[in-house]
Amino acid sequence: MIVVAAGMLVLAGACFFARVVVGPSLADRIVALDGLVLTIVCAIVLRSISIDRDWFLDLALVVAFVGFVGTTAGARFIERRGA
Amino acid sequence: MTAVDVLVGALAIGGSALVLLAGIGVLRFPDLYARMHAATKASTLGIGLVCAAGAIGIDGGTTKILLAGVATFVTAPSAAHFIGRAAAQAEEADFELEGGGDLRTAVEDEGERPA
Repeated sequence: MIVVAAGMLVLAGACFFARVVVGPSLADRIVALDGLVLTIVCAIVLRSISIDRDWFLDLALVVAFVGFVGTTAGARFIERRGA
Repeated sequence: MTAVDVLVGALAIGGSALVLLAGIGVLRFPDLYARMHAATKASTLGIGLVCAAGAIGIDGGTTKILLAGVATFVTAPSAAHFIGRAAAQAEEADFELEGGGDLRTAVEDEGERPA
């Protein structure tokens, strides 16, 4: 069952990545990158479930916070660049 | 396969299906605000379900995984709010809203923001 969920996450990551590549504006790309980071956090949690260890979860925390900081920095960049 | 395994698998599959829905929405919706709507709401609930599965299924990791889930619940909507505000202010997005630009006038009333 975990394998099925991981396959869905792979498809979702492919969709987000396609939007990162084609997305016409910078804000589209930042939204898609945010979704990609959330997909990575989900994948880390699924891997922790399948190996049943807890040390991998530190990585999920760090990736989640770095994703938030990166998205906020991108938004500030759009505001200050003005276009 | 115990009942706990079935519950963990069902929660994980539900959350991953929601993240997949968010991805399809980001790929298919026509403009920036619709894409943001899909990406923020669906993937926030999806990661909540996956974290619930992890909290049940992993021995000893409940505290960390609850921290990750709560942090995502707090940060993901506010990050989307920042992006939407910046895009509306920069007039970069190709959006057509009913009722005119209430957000734009509200942003302009604030005056010049310090850089």
